[in-house]
Amino acid sequence: MFVLPSVLLVALFSIFPVVWGFVLSLQKASLISPNRPFVGADNYTRIASDPVAVKAATNAVIYTFLFVPSSIILALFLAVALNQRIRLIRFYRLAVFIPVAVSTIATGVMFMWVFDANFGIANWTLGRVGLGPFGWFDSPSGAMPSLVIMTIWGWLGFDTIIYLAALQGVPHELAEAAAVDGATRWSTFRTITLPLLGPATLLLVVWSTISAVQLFDEVYFVTKGGPLGATSVPVFYIYKLAFTSSYGFSAAGYAAALAYALFVVILILTLVQFWMGNRVVHYSS
Amino acid sequence: MVEKPHTKWLPFSAWHFLLMPVAILMLVPMVWVVMTSLETLAQTQHFPPILWPGSFQWSNYPRAWSSVPFDTWFINTIIVTTAVVISNLLFCSLAAYGFARIRFFGKSVAYFFLLATLMIPVQVVIIPTFLIVKQLHLINTLGALIVPNLANVFGIFLLTQFFRTLPVELEEAARIDGASRLKVLFRIVLPLSLPALATLAVIQFLWTWNDFLWPLVTIYNPSVYTLQLGLMSFQGSHVNDTNLLMAGNVMSMLPMLILFIAAQRYFVRGIATQGLKG
Repeated sequence: MFVLPSVLLVALFSIFPVVWGFVLSLQKASLISPNRPFVGADNYTRIASDPVAVKAATNAVIYTFLFVPSSIILALFLAVALNQRIRLIRFYRLAVFIPVAVSTIATGVMFMWVFDANFGIANWTLGRVGLGPFGWFDSPSGAMPSLVIMTIWGWLGFDTIIYLAALQGVPHELAEAAAVDGATRWSTFRTITLPLLGPATLLLVVWSTISAVQLFDEVYFVTKGGPLGATSVPVFYIYKLAFTSSYGFSAAGYAAALAYALFVVILILTLVQFWMGNRVVHYSS
Repeated sequence: MVEKPHTKWLPFSAWHFLLMPVAILMLVPMVWVVMTSLETLAQTQHFPPILWPGSFQWSNYPRAWSSVPFDTWFINTIIVTTAVVISNLLFCSLAAYGFARIRFFGKSVAYFFLLATLMIPVQVVIIPTFLIVKQLHLINTLGALIVPNLANVFGIFLLTQFFRTLPVELEEAARIDGASRLKVLFRIVLPLSLPALATLAVIQFLWTWNDFLWPLVTIYNPSVYTLQLGLMSFQGSHVNDTNLLMAGNVMSMLPMLILFIAAQRYFVRGIATQGLKG
């Protein structure tokens, strides 16, 4: 049987853990002790009254609202620009795409230096035009926007590639016909190209929201959730609960409940986005 | 094509006004990291920043390399990445061939369930998967990073889609000549699928090489660290040696950057396919 090895692997490492994760969320569990008594829905009822969880959820909402629209709009304009046949286009594409190959940790090392409050190139550049100096990751109000800038740098290439692929599926004839009819380039873009990019936009909105809500690496490595909890996000909290001594390794059950609650939120968000999107987006058959 | 003759007010396209600043913004952090990695420590602590150090401190690289076990971390990462890429090529090809060509009971249900797992966020499965891997006594070994990732659904999906576009006639002819399914897969289907296999290989390589959360959870011992964990600990122990830190950072990024530039086409195709899966 050809599919068996893969199906078994996926069943063992994806489907079974999903079920077990739910069971864990109903237990008082630790990763060390095999003794896991059932506590019913206690872990779930605890979430709403947990100020750290509420703070993490709030931060996730703020991050998502900053990250998703700005990265997608930027990617749209860039993809249109990168779809032109002009000189240096290979260089431009490479410059936009290449952060895709850089790991989140390497990006973190890079941006902690770029945003260094004393010697960083960002403060120096902005200082030349009379702005700053900023505290970036070290300031409670600046940490979140800095995180957004850093992650846009890292993800822009991904979004742009998806838009570029969609743009290359837009038939030339349509734009040419519009040009013959005397349409300006802007109105052609607005009335023909943009609607045809609807499915790609919907996909990117859904996809970016999902990954924004699950932000972890950058927070763990760069800001550690700080300063003053300003960048503490759900997956970071889940990690600390389950895998670190901060909560005595004893909160794996609660962490599983939080993870499940987040999963449900993501599912609902995705369904709502698809439902709203499908009323606006037209798929060409 | 009929086009209005544009009045040329520039010797080059106006798009450069958008693209050049963007390209510079994207590249400046990386270029500055490289420059910093070639400076003396005193130069890194100079304000305004030194953008061109004058004399290059190439010795920062061997110093960074030998100050922590970068060689072990590189080897660990290469072992894990190679194992995961090869096993994915094998298992995903087999499964995809089954889904694309063979009729069997429960096929569409199985395929649906597989695709549904793409929706599962990592934090939901990470705690139970940790417990499974612990049961298998793989915590703190490279096996913890390999075994749960032997086959992934994205690869099955990508190859299934691709196999479906191949003409069946050739395979049927071989089958009539008595070739087994396995032989058809390895002799006919896979050689025709090299672009798709390359796409899967580079994307899987990228994911595995750069993965952070799962190694963070399962590996404690520095001798088992992957490059990402190693880079993190290097950052922790060399916060103030900015020049060495940046040299280490450049070394950690270099293999992936070279692969990306060499195989950009396949990366782009892989990412565009991730777009299609939604």
